[in-house]
Amino acid sequence: MPVVLENLGKRFGEGAPVLDDVNATIGKGEFVALLGASGCGKSTLLNIMAGLELPTSGALEVPSDGAAFMFQDSALFPWLTARENVELALKLRGVGKAERRVKAAELLELVHLAEAADRRPHELSGGMRQRVALARSLAQDRQLLLMDEPFAALDAITRDLLHDELERIWKETGRTIVFVTHNVREAVRLGQRVLLLSSRPGRVVQEWEVTEEHRTDAGLAGQLTGVITARLREEIRRHAK
Amino acid sequence: MPNNSSPVAEPVSPPVEPESPPVEPVETKDPTSAAEKVHAALTRSSTGSADLRELESGLDSLQSDAVRKARVDWSRVLLPVAAVVVLIIIWQFYVSLGLKRRDQVPGPMDVLEQFGTLWAEGSLQEAVWTSLQRGLLGFLISVAIATPVGLLLAQVAPLRRAFGPLISGLQVLPSVAWVPAAIIWFGLTDATVYFVVFMGAIPSIINGLISGVDQIPPQYRSVGTVLGASRLQMAVQIILPAALPGYLSGLKQGWAFSWRSLMAAEIIAVGGTIGFGLGSMLNQGRDLADMTIVMSAILLILAVGILIELLVFAPIEKRLLQRRGLLAGSTR
Repeated sequence: MPVVLENLGKRFGEGAPVLDDVNATIGKGEFVALLGASGCGKSTLLNIMAGLELPTSGALEVPSDGAAFMFQDSALFPWLTARENVELALKLRGVGKAERRVKAAELLELVHLAEAADRRPHELSGGMRQRVALARSLAQDRQLLLMDEPFAALDAITRDLLHDELERIWKETGRTIVFVTHNVREAVRLGQRVLLLSSRPGRVVQEWEVTEEHRTDAGLAGQLTGVITARLREEIRRHAK
Repeated sequence: MPNNSSPVAEPVSPPVEPESPPVEPVETKDPTSAAEKVHAALTRSSTGSADLRELESGLDSLQSDAVRKARVDWSRVLLPVAAVVVLIIIWQFYVSLGLKRRDQVPGPMDVLEQFGTLWAEGSLQEAVWTSLQRGLLGFLISVAIATPVGLLLAQVAPLRRAFGPLISGLQVLPSVAWVPAAIIWFGLTDATVYFVVFMGAIPSIINGLISGVDQIPPQYRSVGTVLGASRLQMAVQIILPAALPGYLSGLKQGWAFSWRSLMAAEIIAVGGTIGFGLGSMLNQGRDLADMTIVMSAILLILAVGILIELLVFAPIEKRLLQRRGLLAGSTR
């Protein structure tokens, strides 16, 4: 099991806990969508898994070599071209110069951006930037890939396309993906499993399996989306004064 | 980090199909079902890798701007030249009114004549060369000292808290104030001149670098951490390039301070083994009460400053900002 979260809790200072008693197990090669309303601590949970923050209670097991991470905005370095951004990730991993060039070209080809390799981030569209960011996180060559609402800032057309793209790349590379989102449709579209996180404190309250039928049958997928949305709203209503 | 070390019992959440084999992409087998398919972003909306590639490439070309060809904009050259010409005409006009004695306010032609004389003597070339050489050498040494110090201060919080205010203070202190001290310590030698240049340039370069580092989006550091950068790699591969725009304006200011401090030092410290620079020329003009020499020296000091800005800093800055997409809509 690449990721096991056990009774995980997190609070900042003396405030109310952001995460409380989070339990989850994520298998190798699995694509899990972590769903929740804003402020439910999804990003905090992801940061803990990435080692950017420490939990205040509980235990977690993540791969010892750490995780690759993809941010909401592409966070590409503006002084480097698309290729150099990918190469930097390889360089920091200690990959030799000649191999870096080959590998970066391969990864950019994987995200269908071979032609844009020498362009700088500001010359790329939002969707292209996120694909470069995806290539960069794949360059880290970690089994576990954590994604923090990577498509939230994109327009709907681009997002739909990137969903297909991400699914394809996940199948080609066999990564374990934890995908954080506040979009129920996105969670159903991408995840094999959808985990719903409650808000204040964040806790896994329910989970759903998404089957291959849901990928092709819009009716079935719509139905599941409805069920999850209803459950999510119930969770939000709990906080009404 | 409790990586791998935590005692983990059996998984708590319901077991899921472990290591589900990758599913083959489903091609639409039935043309009628493809037509009925609802593309509501809930299901796969493309029909395979080739289709996806085509869609993406279409969207890419729609969404990213075509590269615009930059044309030579002559107004950049003609407008500044016109401004200088206008100023000279006003100057000449004022002189021709004859309100002041000619030896107090010489006209453009008188100064030009003095230029010719100084050139023929060789003292013009000597002064420009001496000062420029000192200014550049002093500036480069300042950069070499200020860059590691600035990075260290920007990255190590206790050091920054301790020395930050002092460095900012040094920037406010006019470096001319160091001239008497330098003369007492080093006598009338080149060391005096360089010391004053360092005291002018180093604090402003350090400050520029620190403020450049302060303006880095915090996410760049997170990315660096996630990519596994060590402390040194973070500083050299990420912090320094990210801070480059602020660093460059620090360098520009550092050069300005070097040049100014140099002139101040050359005016005050004359004689000994200190050679003949532009500041010395200025001082010589004062001693001889020759306003044309004074004007020549002032114009040369200004000209060197403008040329360094135009030939060195402006192209570097333009390129730097352009590469990062930061130049759109500016009046440069």
